[in-house]
Amino acid sequence: MADNQNTILQVENLHTHFFTESGVIRALRGVDFSVERGKVLGIVGESGCGKSVTAQCIMNMLPGNGRAVEGKISYYPRESIGSQTEKVDITGLPPRGKAMRAIRGNEIAMIFQEPMTSLDPVYTVGSQLMEAITLHQNVTKQQGKEIAVDALAKVNLPEPARIFDAYPHQLSGGQRQRVMIAIALSCNPTLLIADEPTTALDVTTQAQILDLMRALQEETHMSIIFITHDLGVVAEMCDDVAVMYLGKVVEQTTVDAAFHSPQHPYTRALLRSIPRLTDENQTRLDVIKGRVPDPSVVPPGCAFHPRCPEVIPGLCDVHTPEVIKLGGGQEVRCLLYDDKLMAQSPTRTALAESR
Amino acid sequence: MAQKENKTNPNGSVDSRTTLLEVTDLKMHFPIRKGFLRRVVGHVKAVDGVSFSIQKGDTFGLVGESGCGKTTTGRCVMRLLDPTDGQIVYYDREEGPIHIESLEPTEMRVFRRDMQIMFQDPYASLNPRLTLRQIVGEPLIINKVASGKELDDRVAELLRSVGLSPEYMNRYPHAFSGGQRQRIGLARALALNPEFIVADEPVSALDVSVQAQVLNLIKDLQEEFGLTYLFIAHNMSVIKHSCDHVAVMYVGRIVEVAETKELFRNPLHPYTEALLSAIPNPDPRQRKSRIILEGDVPNPARPPSGCYFHPRCAYAKEICSQESPPLQEYAPGHSAACHFAKELSLTGVL
Repeated sequence: MADNQNTILQVENLHTHFFTESGVIRALRGVDFSVERGKVLGIVGESGCGKSVTAQCIMNMLPGNGRAVEGKISYYPRESIGSQTEKVDITGLPPRGKAMRAIRGNEIAMIFQEPMTSLDPVYTVGSQLMEAITLHQNVTKQQGKEIAVDALAKVNLPEPARIFDAYPHQLSGGQRQRVMIAIALSCNPTLLIADEPTTALDVTTQAQILDLMRALQEETHMSIIFITHDLGVVAEMCDDVAVMYLGKVVEQTTVDAAFHSPQHPYTRALLRSIPRLTDENQTRLDVIKGRVPDPSVVPPGCAFHPRCPEVIPGLCDVHTPEVIKLGGGQEVRCLLYDDKLMAQSPTRTALAESR
Repeated sequence: MAQKENKTNPNGSVDSRTTLLEVTDLKMHFPIRKGFLRRVVGHVKAVDGVSFSIQKGDTFGLVGESGCGKTTTGRCVMRLLDPTDGQIVYYDREEGPIHIESLEPTEMRVFRRDMQIMFQDPYASLNPRLTLRQIVGEPLIINKVASGKELDDRVAELLRSVGLSPEYMNRYPHAFSGGQRQRIGLARALALNPEFIVADEPVSALDVSVQAQVLNLIKDLQEEFGLTYLFIAHNMSVIKHSCDHVAVMYVGRIVEVAETKELFRNPLHPYTEALLSAIPNPDPRQRKSRIILEGDVPNPARPPSGCYFHPRCAYAKEICSQESPPLQEYAPGHSAACHFAKELSLTGVL
């Protein structure tokens, strides 16, 4: 997969630990996924599964007590298309080094969840935009301002020249998120990481922002990693989906397969647990029993086994599932698809029949 | 005992159920003060003339975007806020109609046994210094319902009814996850056997898999204890799943009320249509173009003239910026506040 010309980012076996006073927290326990050039990859999962930590690793901006202890993130820069690829190993770069700074905010940009807190309240929108532009592009102040006002106009903000001089508190939540997108896109990134960009917004504002992001993606052909917990948003926005559970990707596949033929029991259970408009009123929802465990005490074997409706005792709590490639590019981490182990299991035939 | 026949249910037949709560022209205006003398320079009309009634045993949904006044309405009904104007009548099982808005604080305290509230933020609504026994038992102690061994038994029973183990009784809230905390909040609300519960965004802070558990629990408890809910939420899918009737709010006013299915199938107000269209559909095969509203929700301190929705409305005509449309019934049990509710044919989602 790494040799694929179309891959822009490849994450392999990424382990990230946080070293805290009360012990080591294994936030990522071997994350694998890849992002195709010009495609939108959705990363879904519940809180605490490591979605945001993955984004921080890609941007190489983990908090002080966090470290990527194993695995690598390969980024294939835009110049590499056509010519023999010169990939960059992001995990190997010092976070504050020149090489990383040339990538961060320039080639890989990020928008954050909280439009209220991710803009600095004491600087105008314009100066925050100019900061990104003058840092990465060799332009005069005047040219920089033109680029900035253009960027604000591009995200459909009314009166961009006025917004340029406004402070964040003078804008609404939706407008702030547009400013965040303008900052992120001001340097024409090849990869955009959007970490829950619409979670804090109202439904109609969310529809505006999603619409804008889709239009900008079609225009610039950038790749997007779209992190969210809202399966509806994934279905709307993404081409591919990676489902995370407790620091691992348990299933990566196309958006159609994820919603219409999900293979991992967690993906299936998640899809069953959301209320749908087409449901008969007030039917009971299917639930996933229990809750996401604390990442400091990860269950042995498959981490999902205590909550899994298809658990095989004696197998799932012992063996850690590897990535299994199914047809159509679907990849899943589940012992149910491990033919070798299943052959040894006494309950296999019964299960195979029920499946 | 003053009881009101419900007019008709959506099938046209007379409903034998009775009204439990009736809110008429409720207003909550917060003063804006400025300057050294803290003079009142204006009002934020958070709730501006809201009327609805809730039938016994129903789940009545209030939906809208942030700042539309849904939480303020819930708090006025509970008298956690003193409304500026309007009537809130509760039809008590023994004492008949009670005007909540004019009750004295001491009377209100007695009355709160029948009405309880569960809050949105499970991390802020439980006192971190109290154990579960104290949190869930507090209403019982204050109202002198139980004490000693009896209190422990009742707390244990309540915890069991919301799916928590009574062994947790001596633990503090920090030991529990968001979903478990919402269960504790529910147990506390149930302590005095209320008839009516205001559930203010009960699942919006929860993860998807836990959200389903709490929604099921809310439903089960309704059946078990015969509860009536005022269910406040911003998520249309959750509203669709949980409510019998829905009122859509926009800038302090109700723009449409109907039976849930009817509202989702035949919206009469353009704002409802846009809200429904904005719901992300969890099926990639059904991507469609959405109605994208221009601009933002107006500031309730300076709302636009006429119909508050007209600056964002695709169907707006001249009259919309001049006259505020009243909430009118267009079909049995289905009301909307739009000048053109009859003429427009809007698209639903079912």
